Amino acid sequence: MFYRENGQFKTSYAADQQILPIAQDRWAILALLVFAFVGVPLLADEYLFRAIFIPFLILALAAVGVNILVGYCGQISLGSGAFMAVGAYAAYNTFVRIDGMPLLVALLSGGFFATLVGIFFGIPSLRVKGLYLAVATLAAQFFCDWAFLRIGWFTHGNPSGSVSVSNLQVFGLPVESPLQKYIFCLALLVLFALLAKNLVRSAVGREWMAIRDMDVAAAVIGIRPMYAKLSAFAVSSFIVGVAGALWGFVHLGAWEPAAFSVDRSFQLLFMVIIGGMGSIMGSFFGAAFIVVLPIVLNQLLPALGSVVGVEISTAAISHAEFMVFGALIVWFLIVEPHGLAKLWSIGKQKLRLWPFPH
Amino acid sequence: MAFFLETLLNGLMAGMLYSLVALGFVLIFKASGVFNFAQGAMVLFAALAMARFAEWVPQWTGIESLWLANTAAFVLAGAVMFVVAWLVERLVLRHLVNQEAATLLMATLGITYFMEGLGQTLFGSDIYKIDIGMPKDPIFAFETVFEGGVLINQEDLIAAAIAAVLVAGLSLFFQKTATGRALRAVADDHQAAQSIGIPLNRIWVIVWCVAGVVALVAGMIWGSKLGVQFSLATVALRALPVIILGGLTSVPGAIIGGLIIGVGEKLSEVYLGPFVGGGIEIWFAYMLALVFLLFRPQGLFGEKIIDRV
Amino acid sequence: MTQRKLGDVILDVKNISLAFGGVKALTDISFDVREHEIRAIIGPNGAGKSSMLNCINGVYTPQHGTITFRGQTFDHMNSRQVAEMGVARTFQNLALFKGMSVLDNIMTGRNLKIRSNILLQALRIGPAQREEIRHREFVEHIIDFLEIQAHRKTPVGQLPYGLQKRVDLGRALAMEPQVLLLDEPMAGMNVEEKQDMCRFVLDINDEFGTTVVLIEHDMGVVMDISDRVVVLDYGKKIGDGTPDAVRNNEEVIRAYLGTGH
Repeated sequence: MFYRENGQFKTSYAADQQILPIAQDRWAILALLVFAFVGVPLLADEYLFRAIFIPFLILALAAVGVNILVGYCGQISLGSGAFMAVGAYAAYNTFVRIDGMPLLVALLSGGFFATLVGIFFGIPSLRVKGLYLAVATLAAQFFCDWAFLRIGWFTHGNPSGSVSVSNLQVFGLPVESPLQKYIFCLALLVLFALLAKNLVRSAVGREWMAIRDMDVAAAVIGIRPMYAKLSAFAVSSFIVGVAGALWGFVHLGAWEPAAFSVDRSFQLLFMVIIGGMGSIMGSFFGAAFIVVLPIVLNQLLPALGSVVGVEISTAAISHAEFMVFGALIVWFLIVEPHGLAKLWSIGKQKLRLWPFPH
Repeated sequence: MAFFLETLLNGLMAGMLYSLVALGFVLIFKASGVFNFAQGAMVLFAALAMARFAEWVPQWTGIESLWLANTAAFVLAGAVMFVVAWLVERLVLRHLVNQEAATLLMATLGITYFMEGLGQTLFGSDIYKIDIGMPKDPIFAFETVFEGGVLINQEDLIAAAIAAVLVAGLSLFFQKTATGRALRAVADDHQAAQSIGIPLNRIWVIVWCVAGVVALVAGMIWGSKLGVQFSLATVALRALPVIILGGLTSVPGAIIGGLIIGVGEKLSEVYLGPFVGGGIEIWFAYMLALVFLLFRPQGLFGEKIIDRV
Repeated sequence: MTQRKLGDVILDVKNISLAFGGVKALTDISFDVREHEIRAIIGPNGAGKSSMLNCINGVYTPQHGTITFRGQTFDHMNSRQVAEMGVARTFQNLALFKGMSVLDNIMTGRNLKIRSNILLQALRIGPAQREEIRHREFVEHIIDFLEIQAHRKTPVGQLPYGLQKRVDLGRALAMEPQVLLLDEPMAGMNVEEKQDMCRFVLDINDEFGTTVVLIEHDMGVVMDISDRVVVLDYGKKIGDGTPDAVRNNEEVIRAYLGTGH
């Protein structure tokens, strides 16, 4: 009885097309934003910022990027880790080699170079799809793994490929403490999520989805598959690149190529699958899930173990993590291919009817 | 020249190992259209099972002979792989029958992670040895032709022989037996095969069992060479370019593709590597696959991929 | 049958031959279509009718022959070019975008007319927003015309078959085509739905002057609404003329009813 659209008539197309047409949703999102910007800083401690919130924000951003490519445009990509790496190392080079380079510009430049690499490795998508495309994106992954390790220029000659940054600030405000980093990432995430949401509900987003659903029919309507696919790669890689730069600069501070390995690519893909393919909100769900699950397992399994009287080692916990992830992926694909986002919208539907059963 | 030949031969041997893993992929894809990303995890799982059973069988039964223990371990590991095949079909494949290829691919990704976790939980995560009595010393061949001879790893030679026997056996199985014929029918057309009474579910279990045995042999050989450890699972990633080159539906393609990749990797590392900083093995195979994807996606021997409207 | 003023030849298909490996889908097909007319293509199953439309659309490339559209001759068509020239089509097996709503499906048909670039669309301000609303208005006219207002936000996969066919038509109409290729638009429909669809086709032809090329199996419909008919059988043309002329053609009768043995 609370979650109803009764009385909310739309009298213009603009009103009908807005991102949150239901008033209750608007209030809810507003409350969430207030909580995120004000409530969390008041309540959270350093550990929570470092271990949960900041990784969540950055990975959610990356997941939005991957979702655009995999969920909206239907192009399988196992190379997202590489695009994050390009973003991170490109931003690093711009930041360090050019005096007085503002942090924001460096981060965006990371996105820009990631776009170029993304478009290049997206070219095979014009000829192949599915598994074959996955292999092409893996080529990107392994090539970048090698390039950032062996090509000295990228890392200022450091033989192990590791680099570090310090003294970050935006418009004179420092981005050093966990709280400052949190606000910075949150602001960027909200901005990019908004831009992404606009894209997917406009003509370009429809093109992507048309290519995903039936590319022959799309061609007949006049959609150019090349433009649609490459634009998906471009936009996706840009966002993933910026996320990569954030991951290196803000979350890690110092990193090496292994931070962006093929495991990272899989992790991002899992976020998108579990969270919901083709849903911006789903990317958030997926990221939250994947960030929080290991922590939950870390606490829960030893507790369970002590109840039963069995000692659970950290190695066992990490194996359990693998098993839980794998099982969840399979479970979601069988039961709800549209992921947590779909479960969420089903829940909302039930809420609209509440307290009536149907 | 001798050095070149050595590198070439080493490449061929390495390639043989890739071919073994690729074979598992091709078998499952041919019969069910499912691309089984979990093949690598299956290799690891099988190798772990074999290594641990080889340890435990003497403990349980007091058998002393290495040969007997290993054979028993092999059989036990094979049985485990059969169970895995049956479970995968029952719990996963059956529910995803009409889904598109991308969904199935991602499901096998999930299976990969699950098996990696399960394998290490059941069998442990240390590095284990598989000792099947392979001679570890290298031999020098062609001593009459080349000065000093060409260094060949005996182990690799035997591995290649085993792989050849396996491929011959599989070919015979496919061509001569009724089950083999049924498998080929299913690979050609699921519905047609079903309509003449071939039980699809059972066929898939059989296919996964065969792939499991192939994984076991591959795991045994790799494990004997490198030791059984977690990184064995990444062997799947090394084998993907092989099937792109050879063609996803071709058994000879898997063999030849593997050999080409093996040789290519070694040669490129030795002759190209020094110019670009070394370590290019990691991406050589993939870049080669990328080139194929752009110009000949079906590989050397695969069927042309046709999209019908 | 209303008397329509038929224009000049707008689409001229000459000597098209199409083969897939050993299978000859089309052999030396030639016919023309006049502007504003309703041209039917009929024939038994497997005669190559859909393949013919696919050639016109650029989905298949014929091995021989040319297609002339408004005086410009091509030996193979590029899908995008064809769409830009004003040719739209529906599909026999409903190539709808299952993941999108009815509204979004029809909006994709406006794609060629949308001018704002990616950046403007991401920001969704000013010109991009206004353009989106303009196209939404146009699409709403089509939704009204096809009487599917109640379903505009429903994912197309959930609609019954008849309604999906209307969405397919709506998507083609959104392109503001000069030539509309309809591939069995009334397949699988009951009598009422067929009448509705006929009404739509006739209205489109009447109000907008759209030339219609129509593949159809229902002889009643074909005889009723078409100006001229082409008959295909096993990839060859066996009849071409007014519905009455074709109805009495011996070869056509043989193709449909078979010969006595």
